Amino acid sequence: MAPKTIVEKIWDRHAVLEEEGKPDLLYIDLHMVHEVTSPQAFEGLRLSGRNVRRPDRTFATMDHNVPTQDRTSISDMIAKKQMETLSANCEEFGIEVADIDSPNNGIVHVIGPELGLTQPGKTIVCGDSHTSTHGAFGALAFGIGTSEVEHVLATQSLWQSRPQTMEVRVEGRLQDGITAKDIILAIISKFGVDFGTGHVIEYTGEAIRGLTMEERMTICNMSIEAGARAGLISPDQVTVDYLKGRRFVEEGGDFEAQAEQWLSYATDEGAEYDAAYVIDAQEIEPMVTWGTNPAQGVSVHETVPAPEDGNTPAEAKAIKQSLEYMDLTPGTKMTDIEIEHVFIGSCTNSRISDLREAAAVANGRTVATGVRAMVVPGSQEIKRRAEKEGLDEVFKNAGFEWRESGCSMCLSMNPDFVPEGERCASTSNRNFEGRQGKGARTHLVSPAMAAAAAVTGSFVDVRDLDKATV
Amino acid sequence: MEPIVVHKGNVGVLNRVNVDTDQIIPKQFLKRVERTGFGQFLFYDWRFNADGSDNEDFELNQPSAEGATILLADHNFGCGSSREHAPWALDDYGFKVIIAPSFADIFYNNCFKNGILPIRLPEDEVYQLMENGKDEVYELTVDLENQKISDDHGFETTFEINDYLRNMLLKGLDEIGITLEYEAHIDAYEKQVNA
Repeated sequence: MAPKTIVEKIWDRHAVLEEEGKPDLLYIDLHMVHEVTSPQAFEGLRLSGRNVRRPDRTFATMDHNVPTQDRTSISDMIAKKQMETLSANCEEFGIEVADIDSPNNGIVHVIGPELGLTQPGKTIVCGDSHTSTHGAFGALAFGIGTSEVEHVLATQSLWQSRPQTMEVRVEGRLQDGITAKDIILAIISKFGVDFGTGHVIEYTGEAIRGLTMEERMTICNMSIEAGARAGLISPDQVTVDYLKGRRFVEEGGDFEAQAEQWLSYATDEGAEYDAAYVIDAQEIEPMVTWGTNPAQGVSVHETVPAPEDGNTPAEAKAIKQSLEYMDLTPGTKMTDIEIEHVFIGSCTNSRISDLREAAAVANGRTVATGVRAMVVPGSQEIKRRAEKEGLDEVFKNAGFEWRESGCSMCLSMNPDFVPEGERCASTSNRNFEGRQGKGARTHLVSPAMAAAAAVTGSFVDVRDLDKATV
Repeated sequence: MEPIVVHKGNVGVLNRVNVDTDQIIPKQFLKRVERTGFGQFLFYDWRFNADGSDNEDFELNQPSAEGATILLADHNFGCGSSREHAPWALDDYGFKVIIAPSFADIFYNNCFKNGILPIRLPEDEVYQLMENGKDEVYELTVDLENQKISDDHGFETTFEINDYLRNMLLKGLDEIGITLEYEAHIDAYEKQVNA
């Protein structure tokens, strides 16, 4: 048999129907639902008298709108209505929901893995572009629109054209102190904001193999920022070990057989991709974005580029647009950029290891004068765990705000936002205009780099911070 | 869903690259549970000044773009968030066709579910059309049946589109209805894999 990529294997096992002249009908194993992109889908079902085909394969949470301070009284009435609508819809259609009072509540892409819902070989969708996160487990996971949410609710399937495959290989070993966030920001900066369009990216190479599951999630999470609807990593023993004992993973005698089946999805040696990119792990430095799309990033040791540095007219135009919005001058050292806000959180970087890395930097230091820094865990479970480890005390002693879980200031649908014209070092995934608040200026970084920015008030190579204080 | 066969209309030129769905419809307007009424919030942060008045510098506020139903955009249009509120807002504002050198995947798909026709044209053709439409009223005729775009001054070009998606728009089909005709296949699949 010809060697196959993981994408081809998953596709072949999930194609319900393959007919000439139209997309394939793809079976969906798991459908995650949240409050913002689902109300119109449930309403559509009601209007046409349709039902949810597989409520047991559907799981809901509320995350985008939830407040991160007082969760008992929600002052935003429209947000409250959206959350109540989700609860009512889940009740009506028999779907399990981790609502705001549930101990399982959290960001949809954090709790899926946490509960063991996310598994290798599954097809997973959600009305959210960062669904690509689940690809870290070797699942084919992608974001969909609300019409497709309704379609999956009604039919547990989607019409999809077979995607092109793309390998992104991170060759060799990373320098010390380089994180998963630096890897993915470096990849997108090197190859461009839309190089993955029409493809599913598979991340390979020694540097990727050496990552933990949480780090792999950070990488796959931002596949969409390169235009790829999905990004994944072939499952290995790290994947299996992470899943063992989680709620939705079958335990006992079946586990070994289950694990064997999971591992069988890994890309075969010699399988061919439609496209391939390679990056040398050694060249990756701590990254900071300066612009308004995630590809506009450089090493913290570099300077803000000029429109002339763009490789194409479109890129030059993009640089010009961004510099204007970000109020930056070409040639400015990244280390000279001062910030007023720090946000540690989001489905990219809010897991326990992210919080530990940030806490290690914050420990014994103090948030710089004039900086507001906040830490928002990805789920209530992570919050409990962090508190058990005393991370909350480390952050609070350093002057960080310690919040309840949610999407929070990644997109500022809840009350957390950055005021107009102010700068934020953020561990989230998008530095789009207005994303963190109208006129807010976002710089994407890793959790360690965000914590370092918090204590110095500007960007600094977190590895130098260590040297300076030892 | 309203079918699209032939559409004639004025163009609106949005000469910016990587326009993301956060710009098309900012997050503060995503809290509604309805599918309608989003047009008033389209490109909100660009379109309006802080006091709520029209931003006269914004491309779509120019007299030449008044009543535009065809949007001319640049590379990677609709990138970022999967929010279908973006095509809902574009549609509600009046846009039925979007022409750009490239689109982000999720947005591109979402358009077809809402009766909006997204067309990919080579960059130089899009820039030429932008030039024609940036300062004065400029009408295009988009013929989906024959996959042609033309103006009243002799310009004509063709475009590629997947047959399945083309058919959805031509007939204004309800995709869930179509899929449910294949329910027996889904039943059989579930039985076979013990799902």
